[in-house]
Amino acid sequence: MKSHGWFSKTILGLGFFFLYVPILSMVFYSFNNSRLVTVWDKANSPTLKWYGKLIGDSQVLSAAWLSIQVASMTATGAVILGTLAGLVLSRFGPFKGRALLQGLTTAPLVMPEVITGLSMLLLFVSLEQLFKTMFGWQFDRGVVTITIAHITFTMAYVTVVVQSRLSSFDDSLEEAALDLGARPPQVFFRITVPLILPAILSGWLLAFTLSWDDLVVTQFVSGPGSNTLPMVIFSRVRLGVSPVVNALATIMVLIVALGVIFSAIFMRRQEQRRKREEQMAAAG
Amino acid sequence: MGSRPNSGRVGPLWTIFFRFGPPRWSEYVVKNWSGQRLVIAVPYLWLLIFFLVPFLIVLKISFAEFSPLGRPPYEPVFRWLEEGALQIKLLVGSYSYLFNEPLYVSSWIYSIKVAAVSTVLCLMLGYPMSYAIARSTPTYRNVFLMLVILPFWTSFLLRVYAWIGLLKTDGVINNVLQFFGIIDEPLAMMNTSFAVYIGIVYSYLPFMILPLYSNLEKHDLTLLEAAQDLGAGPIRSFMRITLPLSVPGIVAGSLLVFIPAVGEYVIPSLLGRTDQLMIAKLLSDEFFLNRDWPKASAVAIVMLLLLVVPIMIFQHFQNKELAANKK
Repeated sequence: MKSHGWFSKTILGLGFFFLYVPILSMVFYSFNNSRLVTVWDKANSPTLKWYGKLIGDSQVLSAAWLSIQVASMTATGAVILGTLAGLVLSRFGPFKGRALLQGLTTAPLVMPEVITGLSMLLLFVSLEQLFKTMFGWQFDRGVVTITIAHITFTMAYVTVVVQSRLSSFDDSLEEAALDLGARPPQVFFRITVPLILPAILSGWLLAFTLSWDDLVVTQFVSGPGSNTLPMVIFSRVRLGVSPVVNALATIMVLIVALGVIFSAIFMRRQEQRRKREEQMAAAG
Repeated sequence: MGSRPNSGRVGPLWTIFFRFGPPRWSEYVVKNWSGQRLVIAVPYLWLLIFFLVPFLIVLKISFAEFSPLGRPPYEPVFRWLEEGALQIKLLVGSYSYLFNEPLYVSSWIYSIKVAAVSTVLCLMLGYPMSYAIARSTPTYRNVFLMLVILPFWTSFLLRVYAWIGLLKTDGVINNVLQFFGIIDEPLAMMNTSFAVYIGIVYSYLPFMILPLYSNLEKHDLTLLEAAQDLGAGPIRSFMRITLPLSVPGIVAGSLLVFIPAVGEYVIPSLLGRTDQLMIAKLLSDEFFLNRDWPKASAVAIVMLLLLVVPIMIFQHFQNKELAANKK
């Protein structure tokens, strides 16, 4: 930042101001006593009133619990399928239908959500009818259908992350293991997985976040009674600002911030340990 | 992958004995391991069943007749007549409606306009930011990148919601501007196209910055030095070197913003105009309120056809990027 210092500083300052002011304003006004949210009530603020209301809000709490369940199942499923897809695409060489698989894994990344949601719902309705006529079995839309839909659109993200990690190093280690007599599954679990573990972890977190956050697809495929957290939030903020939502947002921002700080510390420690080990190896 | 220079086709196990030198077990295992098929099949089948088949169902229903009950079974598109002839019944009613009804036509145009304007605005903010990040020192670079990605991890819905508090009549922006006496009357910013632009730029900015950054970071800075030595000013060398080199990043970032923005639902629902709907809202209303499944499906198909070219361009760049990383 030497030759064009002032320009860089100004644009980055403006950009980050733009990115962070809305979030910070949400946090700030969550401590406001006034129901009007953005009109600061000097006399009675700051207050934790809305946090108390949030804890007693059973609708929000049960929705949050449902969202946690869906998101963790989604993340796990998406990581399994996405890792397999990433592995197939970057390690299995050309095979019949590879181009189609590549297309199917990148298309959900840019597909408008309403289209994904509508098509998934129509599939589930068709399956419902099929099962009813064939087996006389009636299934209801709910957690299972939401999770399937979420896995489908989040696994694309995991695939991209895993695939780019896999293509960042060549397969000589895997090949060495094969030459030494390991079976392919063994190679996968003992060589490939440890190597791409960072990608798998970030893929899991990414899938969790996307699922936790999804409104549109969920609205299409959820059944009566299965309201996820974004659905509850959306139905409340549609009519304007709500102080309880501000309190909820603050808690979520806090969790993300803590997570980022901890992972930064953890990564720095790992890095330092690696460097120490390298030095010791070089010295010894 | 892993191209080995002198590897011929590997036959069944016994052919190993006819080869000279140590047998290439790895090749044998990778090519003949029966589990390989299974590993390919699992993600493949999942995507076929839950991603491709649903589109075929949408396509089929888009040609069906509207039934006031709103639920299938719809009449089958294909039917074998008694004489053994194949009858194909495609009703294009839903489609012709989409192109003739003024409500739909204006909403198509409006959606594309909103997406295009937001993409340009996003590029105008994202490009200089990516440039500044890519040219800063490595320590700062990582901090800046983290700051760009961080909002992405917090809820998208809540970040859009935050703008209601900022933009509304008694919101933060109006309060601040009035406090400093810049305006006398509060500005009407909520439920305008302006609010939607802000919302889209705000939510999609990381998608613009990241591909641009990863492109700009790779540039060979000696080119700029050479240009400088040859007497080119900073503007000229930017226009002649940096900008042309960053075209792939611009295309990828712009498409990552434009494509989802055309079908954006949450942002216009929370911040946008109530008298002019975007196409995604129309689709969802058609489906949930009017229970007109064929029409909603037809909207989805047309939207898909509209976006198929940008999506394919994006995939092309994405694949090129992955291939470039490999080298």
